Amino acid sequence: MTGRAGSESYERAGWGTYLLLALFTMVSVFPLLWTAVAASRTSGRLAESPPPFWFGRNLARNLSVAWDEGAMGEALANTAVVAGSVAAGTVLFSTLAGFAFARLRFRFRGPLLLLVGATMLIPPQLGVVPLYLLIARLGWTDRLQAVVLPSLVSAFGVFYMRQHLLRALPPELLEAARMDGAGTLRVVWHLVLPAARPAMAVLGMLSFVAAWNDFFWPVLALTQTGSPTVQVALTGLGRGYVPDTSVVMAGALLGTLPLLVVLALFGRQIVGGVMRGAVKG
Amino acid sequence: MSSGTAELVARALPLTGPGAPGRPGAARRERLGRLRSRAAPYVLIAPFFLLFGAFGLFPLAATAWTSLFRVELTAPEAREWVGAHNYARLLTDEFFWNALANTVLIGVLATVPQLLLALGAAHLLDARLRGRLFFRVAALAPYATSVAAATLVFALFYGRDQGMVNWAVGLVGLDPVDWQNGPWASKCAVASIVIWRWTGYNALIYLAAMQTIPPELYEAAALDGASRWRRFWHVTLPGLRPALAFTGLVSVIGAVQLFGEPLLFSSGAGASGGADHQYQTLGLYLYEQGWVNLHLGRAAAIAWAMLLLLVVLFGVVRLVRGKGVRR
Repeated sequence: MTGRAGSESYERAGWGTYLLLALFTMVSVFPLLWTAVAASRTSGRLAESPPPFWFGRNLARNLSVAWDEGAMGEALANTAVVAGSVAAGTVLFSTLAGFAFARLRFRFRGPLLLLVGATMLIPPQLGVVPLYLLIARLGWTDRLQAVVLPSLVSAFGVFYMRQHLLRALPPELLEAARMDGAGTLRVVWHLVLPAARPAMAVLGMLSFVAAWNDFFWPVLALTQTGSPTVQVALTGLGRGYVPDTSVVMAGALLGTLPLLVVLALFGRQIVGGVMRGAVKG
Repeated sequence: MSSGTAELVARALPLTGPGAPGRPGAARRERLGRLRSRAAPYVLIAPFFLLFGAFGLFPLAATAWTSLFRVELTAPEAREWVGAHNYARLLTDEFFWNALANTVLIGVLATVPQLLLALGAAHLLDARLRGRLFFRVAALAPYATSVAAATLVFALFYGRDQGMVNWAVGLVGLDPVDWQNGPWASKCAVASIVIWRWTGYNALIYLAAMQTIPPELYEAAALDGASRWRRFWHVTLPGLRPALAFTGLVSVIGAVQLFGEPLLFSSGAGASGGADHQYQTLGLYLYEQGWVNLHLGRAAAIAWAMLLLLVVLFGVVRLVRGKGVRR
């Protein structure tokens, strides 16, 4: 990212700015904090007014009920598999295709790239009915591959890697390797992958978050009682599968915590990724 | 890895590389290598395009075809040609028009405040700050929260008798609002979930664009005696044009597909989007027709209508921009 010198602004922040930012941060974080408060109470207490503002003593009980009856334990394992596979696959395929589009000459390169770009504007949701019929014909309903494979198609990923490699992989370097008789496989292994690594990390994290939180398609393709992802299990909880408000909130907490941990650990990279995704490199 | 190291690797390649000159059979290998390298790009893009064709392009193309059949979810193999019947039914279906109106209204209620708030937040984040990273990461916490988790907690906030929002409304001395059933109140409540989830994300995109604006422009404007507000209006906003277009596009596409928030906003209503369908969106209506009432053909027709809505919206935007004064 080509930030300003030290990405510093022309204004030094005054106390008013800090006050407004504190407010903004409060609003951003409060619903998550309160999810934990509600998960530590009882349904009876949540039905009273005013609502509780501090933690109760029922967190462990609610978490274990959500884990067992609400299928959250199984759902978390499923989601980890799905999000991990989607992130790994998206990174690999996008890097290979992105490299080809960035630095190799071949017939139909332009039209193919245009085709990928055009589908970025069409919401993938529009294809859900034929996609469902396809999955049903393959016998994949309620199977995890039903949500993994369609998610590997990331036009954004291909464009993102292409943009990055146009900057990070000088053509002279490839020329030199070619002159020295290196095959494509070696070029990919020794030059492309190292050059792509930072962008691969960012794309991997963004794909992981998106796959973890993916909602529409998993709700269609998977069932509560089959092999639910976290979002499908939460939908079941929220629609009265376990009619206990505090347990529902415990489920929501379980489903959100792993990503919040990821955000806390890799905050800098994720922020950088979101900011870089929009800026034309 | 720096490019210097890469160069070293590239230099080191011939030591072990095939087809290095000076060995027997080099010419043949050279030819083979050329053939290989001609096929190489296609091999590299093949994995992506195979998946893209099967799970991306094919379903999109087949949606129109499927919408011309009567297909039941329980027996997807038994399809019956009905021509335009699914579309004709939609046009006379009050719930379809209701869902279309709700989608547009909730879309406006969610998108406009979201982008304006994001602009304000980005401006705050663009100042010279202590703890910059903390504020930026905190702004992304809602983005890391799933639709389901966010909607479940907001549904509690908006509870009529014991929710925090009505408790706060009561403190001010106003009457409680029926956030679940009021036609406007429920739309605002659903929109607020979208606003909460995406404001921080959009703010970071604007922030990234703000940081590419050359500081000389601000200095020049300041020398000319432009006020803070005028600098924002005449320097910052023009620099944000691409980012504004991008976030606008993504937000509109998201608004047309709104599904999770209205599905989970009230536990009892399920896919009807409120007792009176007051916040049933097109996405939710598609789900109800296809996966609750099992009419997949009709669901495909609704999907097609969603695409049409997007095309119309973008057409309107283009017209407005074409008519607008270009600075």
